[in-house]
Amino acid sequence: MFSLKEERVAIIKKELERYETRRSAIIPALYQVQEEHGWISSEAIDYLANLMDIPVADIQEVFSFYTMFNKKECGKYHLQVCTNVSCAMARSRELKDYICQKLGVKAGEVTSDGKFSVSQVECLGSCDTAPVMQSNFDYHENLNEAKIDQIIDSLRAK
Amino acid sequence: MEARILSEHYAKDEYIGLAGYKKYDGYKQLEEAFKKQPSEIIQMVKDSGLRGRGGAGFPTGTKWSFLPDNGEERYLLCNADEGEPGTFKDRWMMERAPHQLIEGMIISAFATKCQKGYIYIRGEYKYVADIMEKAIQEAYDDGLLGKNILGSGFDFDLDIYLGAGAYICGEETGLISSLEGLKGQPKLKPPFPAVQGYLKKPSIVNNVETLASVIYILRDGVDGYRKFGTERSAGTKIFSVSGDVQKPGNYEVPLGYSLKQLIEEECGGLKPGRKLKAVIPGGSSAPVLTADEAYSVGMDYESLQSVGSMLGSGAVIIMDDTRCMVDLLDVILHFYHHESCGQCTPCREGTGWIHKIGRKIVKGEARLQDIDLMETVAKNMMGKTICALSDAAALPTISFVQKFRDEFEFFVREGRSKVKGQTYAQVHG
Repeated sequence: MFSLKEERVAIIKKELERYETRRSAIIPALYQVQEEHGWISSEAIDYLANLMDIPVADIQEVFSFYTMFNKKECGKYHLQVCTNVSCAMARSRELKDYICQKLGVKAGEVTSDGKFSVSQVECLGSCDTAPVMQSNFDYHENLNEAKIDQIIDSLRAK
Repeated sequence: MEARILSEHYAKDEYIGLAGYKKYDGYKQLEEAFKKQPSEIIQMVKDSGLRGRGGAGFPTGTKWSFLPDNGEERYLLCNADEGEPGTFKDRWMMERAPHQLIEGMIISAFATKCQKGYIYIRGEYKYVADIMEKAIQEAYDDGLLGKNILGSGFDFDLDIYLGAGAYICGEETGLISSLEGLKGQPKLKPPFPAVQGYLKKPSIVNNVETLASVIYILRDGVDGYRKFGTERSAGTKIFSVSGDVQKPGNYEVPLGYSLKQLIEEECGGLKPGRKLKAVIPGGSSAPVLTADEAYSVGMDYESLQSVGSMLGSGAVIIMDDTRCMVDLLDVILHFYHHESCGQCTPCREGTGWIHKIGRKIVKGEARLQDIDLMETVAKNMMGKTICALSDAAALPTISFVQKFRDEFEFFVREGRSKVKGQTYAQVHG
């Protein structure tokens, strides 16, 4: 049975009143689910539809359109490597492969301990410090193999 | 030489907070604005020649004057959905000077008689949204937002909306759809947002840098503002420079500034022993320039147009002679294919097809005719869709193929990169 912490339910109820239309609360509500569960399941969408009194189809439409909403389970740390132009020029595609190899997963998969998942994303707006990745919402800039080892080790220890 | 108008105090950490911002004359122009009539400010913005800094370069004052005078409530929407590959200036501005954007928005809202505003920030910039949220709270606590601001009788409420990963939401009607809680798909124009925007109410959508610039038009006056830039490209502009230069970063220079100087002086030139090959001057949608074109062009709307490209968002990506243009176009096409919102056939299908052809070329599976096919498909994607994303994918395609055809032909014939000498699999696995 899907559930959401009380304080998150309270936030969603506030969001429903925050904007001119209730629909505008869909994105913020999806973020609340993702922050707690790491991804958004179809049970979660049914739950939100009920809680927000918004049709499932409306929530589904928003959920499926935006790439930051995870469609399947992700690791505790979702590593998102930018592979757009400036980062690609700074070897980010090779570094993405390095991360996958190091963690023993392909892009889109989760490590067996549930700690990490890797994906390839578009421009993160940090091209002067390329190559760049985000671990959840945190930026990691000017990456190289040694720095990646360090980041993964420190996240693993957390 | 840099001309720091917007970014004069960005190096100071205290400038992020309200007290520090005020120390350097922050919110002073807001007081000045309240002494003027809204129409006077609109006229000043028109006369200043300020053009939209987000990508389209539309004259800001003209956009504002499209608002109908029918007493309907109006919205001022700040476009902080910075997503054009290569662009990282709005992030810098909001991170270093959140109050500057707020002040620019209050002045602009006063001029355009908007009583509610939103800053639409891309989801990846969550920490930037947190900075903005804190600054907005400080402004409310200080009576700079809300009812009867500074005793002027003007009311303005400002809030933040966080996107969730969609390049298309940087298109103004896509942004409006997203803010309304829909898929971020652009809407057919007309009606333009100024007439029917957010919730079908008159709305103005302006970029972060555009709104912040309004402060300095008031401060320096029309003539003062026009001291920088050219006749048709007035003022300063922040350029985000990345790629093969010694010192990538954000640089504020007068519009019309020489691209060669920007590369060699501000950015410290190329890496040792390297030669310039190409420059994307205005984000990945802007047609690529060859080294010769790049070294002779000025960074303003009309000069870049005269060499067949555009200023766009001011994202300058530098490529030296070690770069394989076939590979880089493949990266660009992956992006546009991924970001097409899917509602217009020429874009949805076209971005897929040119990407597929590009993939065939890098995999060594293409025929020479496929290069022409890619160009033909791209040409047929232009001017046929609701928004400019289709053109944004077509323009780099056409320019890459036309200007670096030899590299594409070599890849087709030999199955490997002319520059790297290797196959795609050898380079990228």
